[in-house]
This record gives sequence, C-alpha cells and structure tokens, in this order.
Amino acid sequence: MSNTLRIKKGVDIRLTGEPSLECGDAPQPKVVAIQPTDFPGLTPKLAVKEGAQVQAGDALFYDKTFTSVMFASPVSGTVKEVVRGAKRRILAVTVESDGAGTAKDFGPWGGGDRDALVAHMAAGGAFATMRQRPFDVLANPADTPRAIYVSGFDSAPLAADTGVVVEGRMDDLQFGIDALGVLAGEGGVHVGTRSGDNTLGALKGCTLTGFAGPHPAGNVGVQIHHTAPINKGEVLWTMGLQDVINLGSFLRTGQYNAARVVALGGSEMHDPRHVRTMAGAKLSDLGVSANEGARVISGSVLTGTNAGTEGYLGTFATQVVALPEGHDPKFLLTEGWLSPGLNKFSMSRAYPTWLMPKKKQYTLDTNQNGEDRAFVVSGQYEAVFPFDIFPVHLIKSIMVNDIDAMEKLGIYEVAPEDFALCEFVCTSKIPVQSIVRDGLDALKVELG
Amino acid sequence: MKMKAIHNLLQSVKPHFEEGGSLSRFWVVFDSLETFAFTPGHVTHSGAHIRDGIDLKRTMFLVIVAMIPCLLFGMWNIGHQYHLSLGASSDLIANVMVGAWKVIPLVVVSYGVGLGIEFLFAGMRGHSINEGYLVSGMLIPLIMPVDVPLWMVALAVAFAVVVAKEVFGGTGMNILNVALTARAFLFFAYPKQLSGEIWIHDVATSKSGGMLVDGYTGATALGHLAGTVGTAASEASAATMSMFAEGGMFSLSNCFLGLIPGSVGETSALACLIGAAILIWTGIGSWRIITSFLAGGLVMGFLFNLIGANAYMTISPIHQVVMGGFMFGMVFMATDPVSAAQTNKGKLWYGFFGGLFSIMIRVFNPAYPEGVMMAILFMNVMAPLIDHYVIEGNIKRREKRLTLAAA
Repeated sequence: MSNTLRIKKGVDIRLTGEPSLECGDAPQPKVVAIQPTDFPGLTPKLAVKEGAQVQAGDALFYDKTFTSVMFASPVSGTVKEVVRGAKRRILAVTVESDGAGTAKDFGPWGGGDRDALVAHMAAGGAFATMRQRPFDVLANPADTPRAIYVSGFDSAPLAADTGVVVEGRMDDLQFGIDALGVLAGEGGVHVGTRSGDNTLGALKGCTLTGFAGPHPAGNVGVQIHHTAPINKGEVLWTMGLQDVINLGSFLRTGQYNAARVVALGGSEMHDPRHVRTMAGAKLSDLGVSANEGARVISGSVLTGTNAGTEGYLGTFATQVVALPEGHDPKFLLTEGWLSPGLNKFSMSRAYPTWLMPKKKQYTLDTNQNGEDRAFVVSGQYEAVFPFDIFPVHLIKSIMVNDIDAMEKLGIYEVAPEDFALCEFVCTSKIPVQSIVRDGLDALKVELG
Repeated sequence: MKMKAIHNLLQSVKPHFEEGGSLSRFWVVFDSLETFAFTPGHVTHSGAHIRDGIDLKRTMFLVIVAMIPCLLFGMWNIGHQYHLSLGASSDLIANVMVGAWKVIPLVVVSYGVGLGIEFLFAGMRGHSINEGYLVSGMLIPLIMPVDVPLWMVALAVAFAVVVAKEVFGGTGMNILNVALTARAFLFFAYPKQLSGEIWIHDVATSKSGGMLVDGYTGATALGHLAGTVGTAASEASAATMSMFAEGGMFSLSNCFLGLIPGSVGETSALACLIGAAILIWTGIGSWRIITSFLAGGLVMGFLFNLIGANAYMTISPIHQVVMGGFMFGMVFMATDPVSAAQTNKGKLWYGFFGGLFSIMIRVFNPAYPEGVMMAILFMNVMAPLIDHYVIEGNIKRREKRLTLAAA
C-alpha cells in the first residue's frame, strides 16, 4: 500500500477552457522540430545535414559533452532546416515528414547489464529525456543515480489527465519502470501519484507515494523533497511519465517512440480537449486553433514557452494553452489597481475574489499586472513554495552570485519550475524562474 | 468614454517626455502619472505567462485605507482635545474643522517634500518612482504632535527619505522604517520643541492667557507617567496615578477609544485595531508581527505588575498597550515588510521583542516616554540578525541531513 503525503503550500489556479477528457488522434504532423533549447545545458552537435533523409529514430544531433546521447527524429522524412539564432546557436532542427513513418530498428531489449541498457537507450534517442538533479539538466549517462523519480501526475493549470495519458499504455509504462529499476541505484524507482487516484496503483517494481494538495504537488522536485531530499554530492534522475511510457515502448519494439498525449486548453482555445500526437509536432498541424491574437503556449501557463500556432510542441510539453494577450492598458478605476477587481485572481487577499468559492474559474490574460519593482513584500513566496528552503534568500544569493550561500540555502534541490508559482504571486514582478536558471548554470560552471 | 480620452491625452503628450523630447528630463513625472492612471500593457515575456493581480500600488493603497480610521479619528480628537482644554463645548463638525486645519498642512508638507525628493532621486537614477513613500508620507503626519512647526516636519521628512532610504538604494532597500526615522530625527534634533506643550492644539497660548482648564498641562499620558511616577512613590505620583483610574483623564476606556492627547493618529487603540483588522484581513500586514508584538507588550506589562517596584509598573498590561503609540506602532510601523524580519519564524521573534522593549523602555527610561519608537527602530536593526539565525537553523538542518546520508 502506498503512503500519502499532504502538500499544504501552493495554489491551484483554475483557468477557463479546461480540456475535456475525450482524446483523439491528431493528424500526422507535416513538419516536426526538435529544439535543443528545450534541454538546459545542452550544447548540440549536428549529426545530419539539411536535405538528408532520416528514419524515425535517426539522430539529428547529439550532446557535445555526453556524445553517446542521441536526439532522434520522431518521423521519417527529409531534414528541412537547421534554424540558428545569435552566434549561430542551433535553435531547432526541422524535419519534413514523408508520411511513411518508417522507423530505424534498434532491436527489442533482450536484457543485459546496466551499461548495455544505457548505451542502448542513448543510441536510440530514449535517454535524451532523462534529466538529473541537481541543476535540472540532461543526465550524465556515466552516473549511477541514487534513485529515479517519476511524477505520475501533472498539477499545473489545465494539465493533461493521467488517466487519458496512460490509457492503453500501461504495459509500456510497466516495461519502462522496470528498465529504470535497472538504472537506479539503491534508492530504486519512485512514482508519485495523485492521492485518491488509483490509475497507477498496479505498477510494480517501484515505490508509489500518493501526494495530496495543490500545485506544485505534481512537480517531481516537490515529490523528491518530501520523500528523500537531495544532498550535496548526490545525483538523482527524473523522467516524465510519458517519456517512461515511450522508453518502455522503445525497449519492447526496438523503435523510437515520441508519442505525446497533449491537453489543449485555455480560454482562447477552440474545442479544448486531449489529442494524441508526437513531441516536436507543429502546433497548427496537430489541430490547435485559437482565437485571433491569442498567445499560444507550448507547455503550461507557468513554465511553457510562447510558441504561437506556427511554433512546435516542446520536447517536454504535455499541454498547449491559448490565452488572451494583455496588451491593453488597464484604467485604474475600471480594471487597474483601484478597481473592485471582481475578475482578478490573487493569492493575496487584496481583491475580493478570495471570498469566491475555490472552484471559480478565471480568464487571465498575459498582462504583467504591475511594474517591475524591488523586493518589498515578504512571506509571499513561502505560501506557495512547499520546500524547507527560504526562497527569497536563495534568490537574493543568486542575484549577488554568492555560490557558497546558494549551496547552503539548498539550490541543489530545486529547478526553475519549482519557483513558477513564486513568480506568479510576486508583487514586485521579479523574474524568478530565469534567476534560478542562471544560478543553476553558474553553479554548474563553478563545479566544472 | 472618459478613460479613453485620458489615455489619448497621455499618449498625445508622451513624445515630449521621451528620449529627445523637449521635456525628457521630466520623464519620471510623466511615467508615474501614466502608470498611476493605467496599469501598463506590459505582457509577460519570460517565465510564468500569467501573473497575480496584485501590484505594489494596490498593496500600498490598502495600507493607506487601513490608516483612514486613525486619520479621521485623529482629526476629530484634535478638535475634541482643544475644546476640552478650554472647557468649551463643541460638536462633531467644529472638532473635525480644527483637526483638518492642523492635519491637512502636515499631510501636504509630508507628501510635498517626500515625493519631491523621490522624484529627484528617481530622475537622477533613471528609474521609475516606487510606491513606498505613499505610505510613509501618510504615516509621518500621523505620528507628529499636532502643533509641530511645519518646517520641522519638512526637515524631518527630508532627513528620513534621504538618509534612511535613498542612500541605501530606495524603496525595498532601507534598514530603518522611514516614518519612524523622521520622528526619531525630530526627537533627537529638537528635544525641547518635541516635548511639552505641542500635543494639544494651542495649549501654550491658552495657558498663558489663563484659559486652560485645571489639570491640563498639555502632556500625554506617557509624559505624565515619565515625569512623575518613574521614581519612588510620592504625592505627585499618586496624583498622576489617579488620572489613570476609572473616571480619570487617562482611564482605560479613554485610552482605548483615544480621547486623550497624543500624536495625530496614535491615540485611539480602537482605530488602530480597525486598521489591523483591514491589514490582516487583506493579508497585507503580517498577522505574525501584529499578534506577537501585542503578546510581547502584554508579557512585559504583566512582568512589571509582578515586580511592582514603582507605581508605573503597577499599571495593568491592557492599559499599557492601549496607551501612547504602542498600538499604532504595532499595526503600521512594525509591520513594514522591508524593515521587519522577513522569515515567518523571525517575524514572531521580531514582533515579540518589539512589543516587549516598547513597554520596557517606556517604564525604565523617563527620557524616552515613547518607548515604541525606539523599540521598533532597534528591532529594525536587529531584524537581519534574527533572520540570520532562523536561516542558520535551516542550513544546519540541511548539513545534518548530509552527514546522516554520508554516514
């Protein structure tokens, strides 16, 4: 029987446009893009040239440091473009699908030792989605992590439903978990589940822990912190639920699988629902249609990237959200800071909406709702940050680049996504997530 | 649409204030007016795509709302005390008129001088105006004696804004509470003018004219106590103590309601508690600080009761905390998030010792009849140290976990 932990701090932001539980197959994407920028700390080296023919599972690029880790094409077709940004940094490699769906055959995994499994996964592109803590970056295949953590649910607003995600794929999931069991050290494999939801209850070969409470209870970092926190010098690996399923499928069939069940939601999204597609798919191809002028986000409203309908589904994204842009200035008495604010969502009780029932849904736009200021208010971050860490002091230590203080204050235990709600609630509109990313990068450089 | 017209007007003059425009040096003024009227159409560009509805303007505005009961009551009470001291009868309107006549100039000077300096520094540094002074500028008039000369207020405001805030980097960076620094400046720079007969409007003139009612000296409750009962028992102390008994000038109910002389906004414990309720209700003020501050004051008052070495110590704890500036300091000064402790546990210690020292200083040291000012400023300085120990505890826990894991 799994035990249950209650996360008290945090908040569920209920947005309008919740995706329905129906899930259909999206049309085959015509173009897909794998974006190195989805993987913090990755320095990509191209494995193909523009115009090359690839099969699904063929490497598009690999990592400069961990050269065995391949980043594979999810479709067969022609490499269309290598999109570069400033200093010729590779932003994306796009592949035009030929629609045939031919896949390179790596052969089913027939068992073997740990090193052989890592090599097999890395070659087939199935290791690329393995991330490590500390630093929240691509895992080093040479490490043996103390344990591997998988969050079995997503608590972000408008997130994909676990039941829909795993439907018909429990066998692949179990196979993936078994493989992680081979990779993990003495800590084994941990799966966090939504308490009261028994969808994943039948999984074997892992420790199941139930989590109750508001977002960010579904963040793997929170789940690690409340079971066995990371100490300095330790390495943990984490993998997304859908990536574990795809890993299982890869090991069973020998063919690379980048399938994704994606929740389409948000107030500006037409027909909010779940769809079955693949990582890297062009959003317009997979049937995303949103109102004119809306912001289309690949990923959650708290951590995703502004992709637009002509953009691509990020590697780790399991949802696409369309929100109204907030370009219009807000007059102080009607919508601004002196307004009654009956449609404003706030964690503070400065607007009367906190008296509304918790179930009330809000239509929020992308306006920053205020100007950038220095830290003034205290105690705000703590209310939505379920870690035994002082968030503001950690952020300040990062701002002054005090490596020693960052270590002491617990930077090894966190990822930018864990601070997403802090950024949301901040009165002074401080860009918390990018500060945390900078801190992790600085520390990684420092430690070599 | 009216708002559209305002928006268009602002946009039409905006080019003059932008880089290269003829009025570009007044950009700060324009920017603050524009953002005052319209929350800008800035959209999120990194991190979370949606943001909480709160901003610093709303936060500061709610603090000012919480001060309104103190302000209104203070105005009325100035007139009330004035008429009482003359033995004249009065009505609500007459009282408020006298109060408004005294308080409005204080508010105007405080905001005029303070915001003027803020604009100057913001212009020099090229950043927009922070909203911090909106609250400080209202707090300062409320902690001034009613007859304080306006030039002193201007000087105190200038000193506080420049020395307590701007030299540290502006709003959010200060160590000491800005409003209390203004008060402390006056207290130390003009001790003679700030003690004595400025707590009731025109009391000095009335006295020399022989119009004053018997028993009125123009001193505050704490002034009376510090002047007489701090030392050994005597006839004078017995006379003073009788003022604090039932039916006396400083009886418990008078102190609670605020029908006593004192700084403009501090006299009414009831008005302060209404403010506290607003601050806690909206979550803007820390309930941890407010409640622990109150607890600290009550504990010290109770301890003094137990010791009972002089008449001052025998005043009941409840009476102690409703006198003087204790409640006002507790609700509006100690809760300043920038100068207070920032960790939740630290806030409890900070508040508790703030309340404790407020009563202790007031009773032990007749030179500082108003202990709460010194106590909060002292705790402002101590707040980083308190936080340091709270955070050290967290760091120790982490290190212990590491050694356990390594073992």
